Amino acid sequence: MIGLGHYLILSAILFAIGLIGVVRRKNLLMLFFATEIMLNAANVAFAAISNHYHDLGGQMFAFFVIAVAASEVAVGLGLLIVLYKKQGTLDLDNLTRMKG
Amino acid sequence: MITFAFYFFAILISILFLITVMSSNVLYAMTSLAAGMVLISGLFFMLGADFLGVVQLIVYVGAVMALYSFAMMFFDTGKNVKEKNSSALAVFVLGGAIALLLVLIFAAPMIGHGQNALHPAIIDATNPQSVGMVLFTKYLVPFEVAAIMLLVAMVAGIILAGKKMDQSLSTMDTTEVTEESIRSTK
Repeated sequence: MIGLGHYLILSAILFAIGLIGVVRRKNLLMLFFATEIMLNAANVAFAAISNHYHDLGGQMFAFFVIAVAASEVAVGLGLLIVLYKKQGTLDLDNLTRMKG
Repeated sequence: MITFAFYFFAILISILFLITVMSSNVLYAMTSLAAGMVLISGLFFMLGADFLGVVQLIVYVGAVMALYSFAMMFFDTGKNVKEKNSSALAVFVLGGAIALLLVLIFAAPMIGHGQNALHPAIIDATNPQSVGMVLFTKYLVPFEVAAIMLLVAMVAGIILAGKKMDQSLSTMDTTEVTEESIRSTK
């Protein structure tokens, strides 16, 4: 029988995958993908706990996480386009200089 | 049946997200990410969160991935950013250890003592109905704040991406672009 533990372990695995992506990526667009994976892992945990306690609070938080992710993508991709027009590359190491 | 469905979804999602993280091709990474999002909505349906599953399909797979694929047209994804890692093992150990630590920290209060439902699900209402009831009573203020946040994000996206939209990089020559980047990096 599939219980809360299974879903939480799956969520932890997905979160670890996202975290590995954040640590090893140098391409900024790929970094965004990895953060999406981490947000989705959190959403799975929220939905599982909401189901386990028969409480809708977890689902509400998952909705707000989705709203935050959508606005993050809109602003982040705008910044990425500006950065690409300025520097011509999406390499993360170019940002270490912090020079416009 | 539910056991089979869970393991089916779990294994497929893990594999697809691993492709996203490991692939050096942006297009492959984005496609597998979108497929993983679709399968995650399947998990939500299994958990009885119907409305959340539909929102996941519409917002993530419909809007966010479409935004990513539009943004990909701005970038020259053909030339890959070189990923130079000092040690792959260190990355894996570090990522796994940090994730395990975070999970333990957040799971500790839940294991420690039992918790009671603050907003118990209404028995004789479907999931979208009860979500609407809770969302428009207890969570009305966060809902409105989220609406304003989305508006601000939309304006920010338009202003950031629309700046100098008339002088696109694709109409410039490659020499011009490299000169531009050389000038800006100096």
